[in-house]
Amino acid sequence: MSTKYLRQPGFIRGGLGMVIAFGFSMWLVWIIRMGYGHPHFTHFLDPTSICVVSLIAVPLGFLVGFGGFDYWFYWAAGRPTRPEDHSGHGARRWQDYFRINTDHKVIGIQYTVSSFFFLLVGGLFALMMRAELAQPGAQFVDANTYNGLFSVHASILIFLFVIPVFAGLANFVLPLMIGAPDMAFPRLNALSFWLLPIAGTIMLLSFAAPGGSFASGWTAYAPLSTSAPIGQDFFSVAVQFAGASSIMTALNFLVTIITMRAPGMSFFRMPLLVWANFSTSLLVVIATPFIAASQFFVLLDRALHFHFFDASKGGDVLMYQHVFWFYSHPAVYIMMLPGFGIISEVLAVKSRKPIFGYRMMAFSLLAIVVLGFTVWAHHMFVSGMSNWIRIPMTITTCIIAVPTGIKIFSWLATLWKGVLHLDTPMLFALGFLAMFTCGGISGIMLAMVPFDIHVSATYFVVAHIHYVLFGGSVFTIFTGVYYWFPKMTGRMYDERLGKWHFWTTLIFFNLTFGPMHIIGLEGMPRRVATYANKFADWNMLISIASLGIGISTLVFIYNMASSWRRGPRAEANPWRALTLEWQVSSPPPIFNFDAIPTVVGGPYEYGVPGAVHGVFKGAEVPAPASTPVTHSSGT
Amino acid sequence: MRDNPPVRWLVIGGVVACAIGITLGLTINWFPVEASKQSDKIDALYNVLIIASVPFFVLVASVVIFSVVAFRMRPGEENLDGPPIHGNTKLEIGWTAGPSMLILGLVVYSLIVLHDIGEKPPGTIQVGVTGRQFAFSYQYPSSLTHGKPLDSNELYIPDGKTVDFYMTSLDVIHAFWVPAFRVQQSLVPGITTHLIVDPDRLGTYDVICNQLCGVGHSLMRSEVHVVTPAQFQTWLTAQVKAEAVSGPTVSNTE
Repeated sequence: MSTKYLRQPGFIRGGLGMVIAFGFSMWLVWIIRMGYGHPHFTHFLDPTSICVVSLIAVPLGFLVGFGGFDYWFYWAAGRPTRPEDHSGHGARRWQDYFRINTDHKVIGIQYTVSSFFFLLVGGLFALMMRAELAQPGAQFVDANTYNGLFSVHASILIFLFVIPVFAGLANFVLPLMIGAPDMAFPRLNALSFWLLPIAGTIMLLSFAAPGGSFASGWTAYAPLSTSAPIGQDFFSVAVQFAGASSIMTALNFLVTIITMRAPGMSFFRMPLLVWANFSTSLLVVIATPFIAASQFFVLLDRALHFHFFDASKGGDVLMYQHVFWFYSHPAVYIMMLPGFGIISEVLAVKSRKPIFGYRMMAFSLLAIVVLGFTVWAHHMFVSGMSNWIRIPMTITTCIIAVPTGIKIFSWLATLWKGVLHLDTPMLFALGFLAMFTCGGISGIMLAMVPFDIHVSATYFVVAHIHYVLFGGSVFTIFTGVYYWFPKMTGRMYDERLGKWHFWTTLIFFNLTFGPMHIIGLEGMPRRVATYANKFADWNMLISIASLGIGISTLVFIYNMASSWRRGPRAEANPWRALTLEWQVSSPPPIFNFDAIPTVVGGPYEYGVPGAVHGVFKGAEVPAPASTPVTHSSGT
Repeated sequence: MRDNPPVRWLVIGGVVACAIGITLGLTINWFPVEASKQSDKIDALYNVLIIASVPFFVLVASVVIFSVVAFRMRPGEENLDGPPIHGNTKLEIGWTAGPSMLILGLVVYSLIVLHDIGEKPPGTIQVGVTGRQFAFSYQYPSSLTHGKPLDSNELYIPDGKTVDFYMTSLDVIHAFWVPAFRVQQSLVPGITTHLIVDPDRLGTYDVICNQLCGVGHSLMRSEVHVVTPAQFQTWLTAQVKAEAVSGPTVSNTE
């Protein structure tokens, strides 16, 4: 057999890399345990230790084999790097979506499609939880499995759906919007995508671990997490891969936005989606290292007995929560600001009006970035931290509602006197306005310490986060997917199915999560597999309604899949939008622009006679205001 | 020029919806029974929050619905654009300052409530709460028993007294939550946390562990009995006697 397949990047070499990495893990454990004087070879090969080391080494082995680092290895070794033949750029066949690809449009689709796969997985776990909760007492799963289901549900949907799907949509449209041929670091972009399926696979594999999957919630509070079975290590390590992916992508967005805007595209001519991703990326690069740290602490506590969180050995239990929430509160803005950007795009285009108060919209994003770092301990009002911390955290939490309120009011003013095109993306955007307002209001209520002392960790909080992350983030994700579907696939989606999807989602969403406020106030705790009989009727209703969300999601998936294959061809600019991504064909050419556009006005000048955002006269490009980079090499 | 439908319908609809929303919010009994001074104050805070919140939601929802009805694209308007309104400084200052003032008011009020529900007047009694996977136990110090301290898995507290629970955990984090009192507090290994309650209604209420603590979390439940001070002393004396005969009811092996 030829060794060609073992030498060229791809799944076969990736598999080889995994085998080598596993062998390395066994060797490393053997050497270290032998060095520490374990007496017998059965002790050298401790399965738990090998598993933990493998969790880190095997994915890296796969990535090396798969080709994620090839270019850098050539470069670092002083060998001639491959000439820029662009063979790894763009998709000509479906197989091109299953390899290292440097085209931001391919990567955007890789991100988006794999994120929706994880949405279905996470949603399925939610339905299994609702089946268990349909009646009090134990029905389908035991308590340990139930704890695993909600832990993996949250982890998958946060780290592998909401965060990456926004990165995916932005990956596709953001370079087009700013008139760039690609992202600043295309190879880093490819690598950051391939870390995600790895993180997701590790999380799902945890169900096969002895003792079951990680079951201490996505919050993984110590010392429950530090004393849990080995499934917990799968979470600690998966978060590292997902977090590394986030950080790489955020750096890529920041450099792309700062250095690769088309001539004339000043910061205040950027579409608000670009502003939103700029703000989000700032949050990601500053905050994400904190969750990485928190999970490394847990891993070290578990694997090597560092006793960070062991009170009897001088550890500090509350420390974990502070480090964890220092990321995980900004993370809710990481999961919301890109959605704000999508809503701004869609409302302006579909109302045929300029966005109301453009500069305040941009400034309020930046205000949220700054304030987002000052509110983390509002998750800890009853944690046992010093009482005085509650007071500043209440105040900052309430202040952060002000820039959010500015955005809501500005969107309403954008609708005012517009010509509203009520198609599917617009319906989801309007649904978002109402649902997210509910989530914002319950957020303000929770910021009030005395009220939070009662409802903290109840179903009221479950309702709040789902109004924010589903009514907020997921509604904006659907908005964005429908809005850019023609650009991404070159096809039109089915409008009738889209409207069915919207109305069923809106109704069943409210029937599912609305009543959770009520049972939370009445005293139903979250994260329980069984509950008091007095909550039975509401829970049955919630479980039935959640099935409705499941079915409405299948309508969406069918619409996307069938329209992608057989939908009518999309025009370049079906929405008559001004932003640059709509000025190229659908789908866009492989290098985006035949001529670099010049930006001569704002992005939302609807209703202004003769207004233009960008012009495509390559010959007349004036001296650039910012440095245009035609194609970057290396990273 | 498109004909603009009367804005007064928006205003009338909004006011009616606010009235209905606030009335419902205040008349529905959202909470379990009120069994402490804390619950009265927290329920009052909730009512104020409802009054402040409903108009915000109604404003957003009614503007969205009004816009959909009034400004939707009609046949023949496919290529029409709206008026190029870019902003309005006065309006923007208004919707920054207005909500800020309202929220500031709510914060001040809630901090006053926070202060009130944590007051420890003279005569406050102390009761210990210890969490472990998956049960609570309660400690009555010698200041209450007038003899040896008592460790029990039953919680009795006297009506009308302020109780200062001092709490800790022997393994992972738990939380002590009594919905009827509207208060909860985590039990954290290594530190002692406190929770103040002024029970003011006789009865037996659920105690719930409200921090995920492992496989038995759903079943980590207990009860608190609020009894008259006389009954409390009787119960306590009986318990101390029983323990002297049969040894401690709960053994602290850890």
